[in-house]
Amino acid sequence: MKQKLMATALAAALMAGPALADLTIIDTSYRTGPYAANGIPFSDGYQDYFTLLNARDGGIGGEKINLVECETGYNTEKGVECYEATKGAGNGALIYQPLSTGITYQLIPKASADGIPLHTMGYGRTSAKNGGVFEWVFNYPANYWDGASHAITHILDQNGGDISGKKISLIYHNSAYGKEPIRTLEELSAKHGFELVLLPVDHPGQEQKSQWLQIRRDRPDYVIMWGWGVMNQVAIQEAVNIRFPMENFIGIWWSGSENDVKAAGPAANGYKALTFHNLGRDYPVYADIQKHVVDAGKAAGAGDQVGSVLYNRGMYAAMLAAEAIKTAQEMHGVSAINAAQLRDGMENLEMTEAKMTALGLPGFGPEFKVSCENHGGNGYGAVSQWDAAAGEFKLITDYFQSDQEIISKLVAEDSAAFAAENGITPRC
Amino acid sequence: MFYREAGDFKTSYVDDNQTFPIKFDRYRYYVVLVAAFAVIPFLLNDYWVNAVFLPFLIYSIAAIGLNILVGYCGQVSLGTGGFMAVGAYACYKLMVAFPEISIFFHVIISGGITALVCVLFGLPSLRIKGFYLAVATLAAQFFLVWLFNRVGWFYNYSASGQINAPERTVFGIAVTGAQNPPWSAYLFCLVFTVACAIIARNLTRGMAGRKWMAIRDMDIAAEIIGVNPLKAKLTAFAVSGFFVGISGALFFSVYLGAVEVGEAFGINKSFLVLFMVIIGGLGSIFGSFAGAAFLVLLPVLLKNVLVGGLGWPTDLAAHLEFMIVGSLIIVFLIAEPHGLAQLWRVAKEKLRLWPFPH
Repeated sequence: MKQKLMATALAAALMAGPALADLTIIDTSYRTGPYAANGIPFSDGYQDYFTLLNARDGGIGGEKINLVECETGYNTEKGVECYEATKGAGNGALIYQPLSTGITYQLIPKASADGIPLHTMGYGRTSAKNGGVFEWVFNYPANYWDGASHAITHILDQNGGDISGKKISLIYHNSAYGKEPIRTLEELSAKHGFELVLLPVDHPGQEQKSQWLQIRRDRPDYVIMWGWGVMNQVAIQEAVNIRFPMENFIGIWWSGSENDVKAAGPAANGYKALTFHNLGRDYPVYADIQKHVVDAGKAAGAGDQVGSVLYNRGMYAAMLAAEAIKTAQEMHGVSAINAAQLRDGMENLEMTEAKMTALGLPGFGPEFKVSCENHGGNGYGAVSQWDAAAGEFKLITDYFQSDQEIISKLVAEDSAAFAAENGITPRC
Repeated sequence: MFYREAGDFKTSYVDDNQTFPIKFDRYRYYVVLVAAFAVIPFLLNDYWVNAVFLPFLIYSIAAIGLNILVGYCGQVSLGTGGFMAVGAYACYKLMVAFPEISIFFHVIISGGITALVCVLFGLPSLRIKGFYLAVATLAAQFFLVWLFNRVGWFYNYSASGQINAPERTVFGIAVTGAQNPPWSAYLFCLVFTVACAIIARNLTRGMAGRKWMAIRDMDIAAEIIGVNPLKAKLTAFAVSGFFVGISGALFFSVYLGAVEVGEAFGINKSFLVLFMVIIGGLGSIFGSFAGAAFLVLLPVLLKNVLVGGLGWPTDLAAHLEFMIVGSLIIVFLIAEPHGLAQLWRVAKEKLRLWPFPH
């Protein structure tokens, strides 16, 4: 009885869906739970950019953007629920940006079957770089294996190109996300002769005493971190507690936002994190965001994240999605594109310096061109460093490329295994 | 008036012992079954299956399994998440190793493997009781999650440590993988849920169930009247593990399709299933369904009402959802400590007398 009542109520609730619009973009955000500190700025940036396009340009190519938000809490079950609930929203969802490696793994087969592109920018399944196998999945401009290689390259640069005999610890979130770089680091360790120590931290990552005790005992030369959410803050605080030299502590791009370091205070000064886009808010586009979005009272969330690292990343993701939509509109000659046309747009996306300057984001990210063979960009990244006095991350290197020799081999291996498991014949 | 025993004459022992002695109940049960098997599959879409029915059916099996252990045999267990993981990983290894065998058997064998593991971790129950046993099973939870994270063999050494369910078919129709029609996954789980419920119901009515309940109510007295505690407790662990294993296998293969052990089968899962059992009603098969429905459907319903219906911000809705579900749990437990099943029982008693209560 109770069940039937609930079913009826559910049906009634579902009828009153979101308003119809032409380009439906889904923001699977997480503003609650242990990962909210990182989920909120990303989602704010992602939404604000589309709000800006709606307010300033009247959408993309004359089509308004209908943004549907769905709270996943970084939880895979809720992620599936969100996906199923939103994939038919408006005229059909155009693109998903799950911002969770776990949810990405769930959605790869589902989205491929439903024909909706996934953009997993700097996360997700690394071998999705091979677009011949992963037709619907894109992870440009950089992926985890690039990140692992960037960290090692940076360490190599610091040591004059020789790190044999050095000890490097990887402290990682014990999940699909944190395990992704291990294979690459193992290959790199064989190539460069450093010793790799693995230190897993279980979800959600508040308890890291034993891992940092081990670091204190082992005295590794460098610590690399693959953390997310509350794990980042705890790790940086623990590193401060054992007086680990901060300049030898390098986080992946997901472990390098203001929220992660601020809690540890001035002692976190010098902490390094990778990035694949520029930082700060000295870009013309921010004037527009301030004018059309923030001052107009349309900012997502509390509106206090503008210009933070993860806000920039969310905005960058939205910008790439908008550019792919433009590309698709040009290719197909229609403004109200569907998901399949957007996929074509993503596969033919080319980001050039001229394009970014025109958008008010000069030099914001690397130049790259997507193709059927390469859904993952060229693997350019840079290192940023936390300046506690100024309260901001600053780039300390130029953009440099990851070790393509090792990574392309691993990508080919892993995607071939996926293709064999699922009976996929590569398209190219 | 309609809901009564009077006038419904039982002329054989079989009639006298049936699960639903009241005619109205019996017909209601048939109507539910017909609706579930013959009507709902035609009305389903992906959302209803993946967000509502699959989690409800699968958690129901897990709740039935845990209810046998906690509700009927009185052995508190916090290892449900770990045991579900055993079912999931067993199913994965079987699916990959023997692709030619039907997934149907894989799920059943996964249940069997989980039963063995569950018995192993049930051994301490012969010496310790209550909270201490809860801690021992908690150890099982953490050990199993650690094991599946640590040993590459269980996830076939995949780079991410994830397991992914390949496509498998039953009678030529895909039930796992992304290409399956919604009704096939639903029916596959429904068959398991109904079978598990019938088996559990009959086990608990029979000698095995009476032994479990004797142990639960007072183990020394049970031993004196001739119940072997070793057999009774370990069979409870085995049967419970079997059901929990099946639910874990379905959870992985049909529902999610890809899991990582720490996130999908963590301690939260153990608590969630335990809460289902407590809210639904300890020692009641109906209670397992009611508890699963309460904790699976209510959040989805609230989300749809608050975000879809009223258009509130998603974070506010998510926080409100925690508060509403949490306070409802408290209200229910204060108003009716024996769970939703007891409410149902009271309603039935009232119905029997209606409309002449005196």
